[in-house]
Amino acid sequence: MSALIKLPLALALFGSVVTTAAAQEEHQHHEHHSEERTQSERAHVPPEPPQHPMGDMSEEEMAEMMDMDDTAPFGMVAFDQLEWRDTDAGDVLFWDGRAWFGNDYNKALLKTEGERSDADYEGSAELLWDRVISRWWSLQGGVAHDFGEGPSRTWATFGVQGLAPYWFEVEALAYVGEEGRTAANFSAEYEMFLTQRWILQPKVEVKIYGRDDPANGIGSGFSDAELGLRLRYEIRREFAPYFGAVWSRKFGGTADLAREHGDDTDELQFVAGLRVWF
Amino acid sequence: MPQLSRRSFLQAAGAGLFVLGAHRASDVWAQSQTQTVLTGSHFDLQIGEASFNFTGHKRIGTVVNGQIPGPLLRWREGDTVTLRVSNRLAARSSIHWHGMILPADMDGVPGLSFAGIPSGGEYLYRFKVNQHGTYWYHAHSRFQEQTGLYGPIVIERRGGERFPTERDYVVMLSDWTDLDPERIFSVLKKHSDYYNFGRRTAGDFFADVRKNGLGQTLADRRMWGEMRMNPTDTLDVSGYAYTYLMNGVTPTGNWTGLFSRGEKVRLRFINGSSMSFFDVRIPGLKLSVVATDGVDVEPVSVDEFRIGAAETYDVIVEPKDDRAYTIFAQAMDRSGYARGTLAPSLGLEAEIPPLDPRPLLTMGDMGHGGHGASSSAPMDHSQMNHAPANPHAGHGAAAPSTTIEHPPTEQTPLLDMQVDRPNLELDDPGIGLRNNGRRVLTYADLRTIGGSIDRRPPGREIQLHLTGHMERFVWSFNGQKFSEAKPLKFQLGERLRITLVNDSMMTHPIHLHGMWSELEDASGNFQVRKHTVNVQPAQKLSYAVTADALGRWAYHCHLLYHMEAGMFREVHVEPADGMAHHGGHGDHS
Repeated sequence: MSALIKLPLALALFGSVVTTAAAQEEHQHHEHHSEERTQSERAHVPPEPPQHPMGDMSEEEMAEMMDMDDTAPFGMVAFDQLEWRDTDAGDVLFWDGRAWFGNDYNKALLKTEGERSDADYEGSAELLWDRVISRWWSLQGGVAHDFGEGPSRTWATFGVQGLAPYWFEVEALAYVGEEGRTAANFSAEYEMFLTQRWILQPKVEVKIYGRDDPANGIGSGFSDAELGLRLRYEIRREFAPYFGAVWSRKFGGTADLAREHGDDTDELQFVAGLRVWF
Repeated sequence: MPQLSRRSFLQAAGAGLFVLGAHRASDVWAQSQTQTVLTGSHFDLQIGEASFNFTGHKRIGTVVNGQIPGPLLRWREGDTVTLRVSNRLAARSSIHWHGMILPADMDGVPGLSFAGIPSGGEYLYRFKVNQHGTYWYHAHSRFQEQTGLYGPIVIERRGGERFPTERDYVVMLSDWTDLDPERIFSVLKKHSDYYNFGRRTAGDFFADVRKNGLGQTLADRRMWGEMRMNPTDTLDVSGYAYTYLMNGVTPTGNWTGLFSRGEKVRLRFINGSSMSFFDVRIPGLKLSVVATDGVDVEPVSVDEFRIGAAETYDVIVEPKDDRAYTIFAQAMDRSGYARGTLAPSLGLEAEIPPLDPRPLLTMGDMGHGGHGASSSAPMDHSQMNHAPANPHAGHGAAAPSTTIEHPPTEQTPLLDMQVDRPNLELDDPGIGLRNNGRRVLTYADLRTIGGSIDRRPPGREIQLHLTGHMERFVWSFNGQKFSEAKPLKFQLGERLRITLVNDSMMTHPIHLHGMWSELEDASGNFQVRKHTVNVQPAQKLSYAVTADALGRWAYHCHLLYHMEAGMFREVHVEPADGMAHHGGHGDHS
């Protein structure tokens, strides 16, 4: 039925029904409350029924008319780390960033981290679906691609990200690649407010591989750990220069491969960079 | 035709005066060159844009008749008013007459009352004014209220004021921002604690250790850490983003109201802010609270009161000395203040008190054992005899239910806490005001003169939980955002009780359109009639509603960004036989 036909009908019904209801109400008052009405009862005047009630509309139409949409998507680009590292091999530029777009339940997520030394790039990019599953956790799944000097590797990945008790930002992802390769990453970080703008951020990251990948300098098992401590100053919340130190160490077969190449298995690097998001 | 009377009077250097009357109101109403009082019964209002400079930076504000706040509308009880509102914005707009009892199509909520006022269009509001007191109007379209679309309404009581005074001023508080509200909203969605510059720091940790010992300090940090919550989260948007205004004047501008020694001065406080609670006091003066939300109450003398977004309080002061007094309205998180002055002559100032220490939420505010207030009995599922998820469930008790039932819809990842032992009393002034050495108003002090509008006991009870997720910045009722919930159905003519349980750590001012919220004490006795009711963290309170207003109404948290994030419901008042179906949001699914 069209709204045009419905409207007069609704109006007519309103009129009759309101009269009836008002009469009923009046009756109840007499029946149950024979004592004098309160001052407020006498003063209060119920409103007339609307002469032009709103008709049916879809949720989309309504959201548009109200200009209120609690399902609207948002997007964000953030570089937690965009930094210079002073390594044994010289200056390295390092980045760790992510971008997402989505609503309260589902987000498309692009993560990337890596480094540039001389003219060589090495790192990873992951395209994930993020689905919130509990108060503090979301599931993530998608594809990951590692690139660098050695052969590139592509993985299917699946894991969780969230906020653990005591405000630890935690991320744990498992990877399954070609030729039966497997891997896992775990990272956790914390933010310590020294003042309202000086913030100390410890971060730990570990990597585990299921198989040797000597072409990429990887031995199976617990391969790398990185411990970072960064002190930033939030000029604005979204624009914060920082400095700090990163201690990294290679283990097991990965360490052996590094030694064969004449590289150190552990290293302390000074870092300075910028944390930005918008 | 239109009987507009615009009078502009005194102006003070730098201070926009917004002075209501003395003796005979129409003679003595005055304001600066930019503020206007409109009286009569026909009004022409133009929504538009104008340039403002509150902070040293020029910004565009949303205005009514070129002003922030919009002109004071002065009506008379018993009159029928006609308001022709035209919209010169590029976007759709609306004006809602906050607290007015009027037909649903005059309420000004796009999508529920009407289609909104299209760009270049106009809407004719017309309704009979059957109440008196202090009210206000504001946009109900996206963030237009935040950018300036609000103004005061004063309705003269038929037969004269119950508490006559020599002077009468509106004191409208608001939160101006130079930022784009869309940007504020999106920032809250990404980093909900962005505007909190009062977090506990390492320095606070050591100070607490010195004060309370290491064990207790660690235990405290452990509890908050386990909950993943922050005891300094009292306001989502702080003085970092806001400049707090009094009648559209900054603290430096110092809005001034004049008095002569010995006069009684009525101050009509209106919180027209989007996201702010204010704690108001006038050092040196007792405040006699005589009305709230337009409704006269038995006078109660206090030093200070908290005013939530959309609430109004009328207070009478009697300055005995020939000196200036500061009207001090500090934001609840102490990140800033609005300030003005009462003075015997223009240009005088009094000392501005320092901001109080930043308040911290306690475990009592999280529903973990009270701060002196009593708590309900432990949860007993066998005793539950109502289903809050179903608004039609019957519950005809004289006192509000004592059981807490979390509806199944609260099983959502978009909710971060639930309270099983809420605080039931109304006599808690709230965080930052407890034991501050001043007499602070609480809802337990407020008693409407003339009693309830309906002595029938509520026929049923609807329990609604105020829910949300601080980190994700999602807000809802019963764990459901507006887009996920069906309308609440009231039957025309019924008297029902709404029980609100605050399952969050924020205070929410809850506003039901079209019908009064008659607040009850914990035993179900009528206390005070309001249009906007603050619910403190982990508090449970009840009010009775007489569903005598046919149609579709908005019901929401009056913190604007909470409303936009989903803390909104439609209330649909239908005839008892369910006829006259005229569809609603979600009905068709």
